[in-house]
Amino acid sequence: MNAQTILIDGLRGAVGVSAVSFALAAIGLNLQFGYTGLMNFGQVGFLLAGAYGTAIAVEHGVPFPLAVLIGILSAVVLGLALGLPTLRLRGDFLAILTISAAEILRLVFRAEQLEGFTGGVRGKAGFADPFFSWNPLPRGRFGIGDLAFDERALWVLIVGWLLVILSTLAVRRLVRSPWGRVLKAIRADEAAPASVGKNVFLYKVQSLLVGGVIGALGGILIAVDAQYTNPDYWLSALTFYAYVALILGGVATTWGPVIGAMLFWFLTQALDTALRQAIEAGYLGGAVDTTDTGPIRFAVVGLALILLMAFRPQGLLGDPDDVVVIDQ
Amino acid sequence: MLAVLTLLVLAPAGAAGAQAPPGSTPGSTPGPAGSVPAATGSGTAIVGTLSTASGPVAGAKVKVLQDGAPVGEATAGADGSFRVPVPEPGTYQVQLEVGSLPAGVHLASGATGALDGVRVFAGRDKNINIGLERDGDAAAEVGPSFIERLANLLLSGVRFGLVIALCALGLTLIYATTGLVNFAHGELVTFGALVAWWASASGGLGLPLVAAAVVALIIAGVFGAVQDVVLWQPLRRRRAGNVSTIVISIGLSIMLRNIFLVVFDGNPRAYSQYATQESISLGIIHAQPKELVSIFVCVLALVLTGALLRYTRLGTAVRAVSNEPQLARASGVDVRRVIFTVWVAGATLAGSGGVLLGLTEGVQWNMGLRILLLIFAAIVVGGLGSPIGALLGGLLIGVVSEVSSLWIPSDFKEVVALVALVLVLLLRPQGIMGLRERIG
Repeated sequence: MNAQTILIDGLRGAVGVSAVSFALAAIGLNLQFGYTGLMNFGQVGFLLAGAYGTAIAVEHGVPFPLAVLIGILSAVVLGLALGLPTLRLRGDFLAILTISAAEILRLVFRAEQLEGFTGGVRGKAGFADPFFSWNPLPRGRFGIGDLAFDERALWVLIVGWLLVILSTLAVRRLVRSPWGRVLKAIRADEAAPASVGKNVFLYKVQSLLVGGVIGALGGILIAVDAQYTNPDYWLSALTFYAYVALILGGVATTWGPVIGAMLFWFLTQALDTALRQAIEAGYLGGAVDTTDTGPIRFAVVGLALILLMAFRPQGLLGDPDDVVVIDQ
Repeated sequence: MLAVLTLLVLAPAGAAGAQAPPGSTPGSTPGPAGSVPAATGSGTAIVGTLSTASGPVAGAKVKVLQDGAPVGEATAGADGSFRVPVPEPGTYQVQLEVGSLPAGVHLASGATGALDGVRVFAGRDKNINIGLERDGDAAAEVGPSFIERLANLLLSGVRFGLVIALCALGLTLIYATTGLVNFAHGELVTFGALVAWWASASGGLGLPLVAAAVVALIIAGVFGAVQDVVLWQPLRRRRAGNVSTIVISIGLSIMLRNIFLVVFDGNPRAYSQYATQESISLGIIHAQPKELVSIFVCVLALVLTGALLRYTRLGTAVRAVSNEPQLARASGVDVRRVIFTVWVAGATLAGSGGVLLGLTEGVQWNMGLRILLLIFAAIVVGGLGSPIGALLGGLLIGVVSEVSSLWIPSDFKEVVALVALVLVLLLRPQGIMGLRERIG
C-alpha cells in the first residue's frame, strides 16, 4: 500500500471537476432543502437541463456564452414547470414528484424517437470549443509534485471554483436578507409566515428556481469539461450523492456543501485507490477484483449516509437545531 | 400501417419458419422492459426482411450507400431476407429499388424506400424495416387486429400491474403503520429475485424453481425482520423525523444495491427453469404459461393479504395502528409487534414480486430500483397508505403503460406511467382511495 498515492488521488478528487459540480449541486440543494425545507429529489434534472440546454443551443448555432444562458434558462423553465404545480403539496409528495420528473427527463432524452434533437443514448459531444479557446493559460502542467493538472483541466477548475465561491457568497447574502428569513420561517412552520401575509408558495418557487439554477451550473460545467453529455450520466443516484455531500458538510451552513463535496470526493477517490492497491497486493484474497471497487465504494457511501443521518445529522459544520427544524 | 409494421417485425418466424432463430417467440407481446433484438450472424451488416401481410417478398434489390457512395447491395432471398455487410460502424443510407419489387407489391402508405441516417454500431447487425403492401392486403386484414393487440397488451399490463401492486402493498402497509416512505423498498424486490435465482441455480442450491421461490420468500421475510429490528426500531425509539428516515432509507438503498452488484455482478440472469416457453393461444390472447401463472400467484397473494387484513385480529390491529397509532396503543395493541409483522409481511410481498418479475423480465442487481418509481406511482395514484389503493394503482400503472404502446412508441412506457403519476398528484393528490387530510 502506498499512502502517498492514496492521498494524492484523494486530493485530486477533492479539487477535481466532479467535486466542483457536486459542490454546485449541493449549494443549490442547501438553499432548497437546508434553508427552505423542500425535499427536492430531482436536482439531477436541473443539471441535465443545464447541460443539454447548452449543448443543443450550441449545435443550433447559438454562440457559446448565449448557449450557457439558454442552459440556465432551461433550468428556470424546468423549475417553473416543476414548482408551480407541486409546491403546494406535502414534503414526501414533492420528493416523489421531483425524482419522477428527473427520471422522465432522462428517459425522454434517451428515447430513440427524439434522437434528431437530443442525440438519444449517444448524447451530444464537442460543443465547448470556444470555452477552451479562451483559455489564457500557457501549455504545460501546473501543480505540486504528482498533484498537477494540465492547462485545459486547470482552466476548467479555475472557472469552476470561481463559480462555487460566487454561488456560496450569493446564497449567504440571500439567506441573510429578509427574503432568506422568510425561507427559514417556512422551513420551521409554513403557517407563521403565511399568517403575516407572506406568499409562502411564491417564496418556495423562488427557492426551488435559484437552487435549480445553481445546480444547472454544475451540470453545464461537467458537460463542458467532458465536451460530452449523455442521458444515462444523469441518474437519480447523482442527486442522492449530492445530498450525502451536503449532509456530510452540514445543512444550512454557508460552506457546508462545498466542504462536503470536497470531502465526499476525497474519501471516495482515496478509498478507490486504497481498494485497488489492496486487491493488487492480494490482501483481499481474490474475494473481489478491481471491477468491484466502484460498487464497494458506493456501498460505503450508502452506509456512511445511514450512520451520518442517525448519529451526526448536522454533519461537520452544522447546527443540530437546524436539523431538528427541517426534520419534523 | 401499424399492423404491417408489426408483421414485418415478426416476419422471420412467419416466413415458412425455416430461417427463424430458435429462441424467437412469435406472437408474444414484449415485456415491460422491452425485448432486445438478438444479434444474428457474424460481422456487422444491415439486415432486414421484406414482406407484406400475406408473405415474404423475394427478389427485390436493396442498396447501401455512405455519403452517396455505394457500399454494397443485396437481393432479398426466397424468405424475403437480405443482408448487406458493411465495412465498419457508421451512418449509412439504405435504398430499396422500388422498380425491383415484384408486380403488385408497393411501398406501404407513409413508408419510404430510402432510409437516411441508418446507424450501425460495432459488432451488432442493424435491423431495418421497410413497410410494404401487396395489392388487396389492406382489405384482407391478415395481421393482428386492433382488438387482438389491445387484448394482449391488456393482459401484459394486468400481469405487470399485479406485480407492481404486490410490491406496492408492502410499501403502503409500511407507510401506513410507520409513516416511512421507504426508498429501499426496491432492494427488497431485488433481494427476493436474487435469492430465488441463487436457490434454483446449479451453482447454488439447485432446487426446482417453485421450491426456490419458497426459500426466497422465507429469507425475504427474515430480511425484513432484521431490517426492522436493527435499523427502524431504534430509529422509531429515537423519534427520528420524516426527513431523516427518508434519507436513511436512501442510504440503505444505495448500500444494498451496490452490495448486490459486488456479490452477483452486473449481468442479467434468467432462472434455470422456464426461461423460454412456447406461447399458448386462447382465442385472440397469446401468452406464455408463466405469464398466466404470475397473474394467478399475484391474485392469490393479494386476496390472501386482503383477507388477513380484513378478518384476523392481527389485521384489525394493523388497520388500527394505521389509522390512529396513539389510540391503538391506548387500547392495548402491541404497536411494536404489529409494525414488526408488517415489516415481515411487506418484505415477503416485495420478495414475491421480485421472484415473479424475475420470471418474465430476468434477474438483475438493479431490477428493484428500475420499478421503484412505478411502485411509488402505484401507491400515490391509489392513495398513500391504502391497501386497496395499492392494488388499483398498480393495475392502473401497469395497464396504462402497456396499452399506451398502441399509440406511442414503447420506449415511452415508463414515461407514460410517471406522467400518470404527475397528473394524479396534480388533479387528485389524495389518490383514488386516499383521504384528503393526508396531503397536507
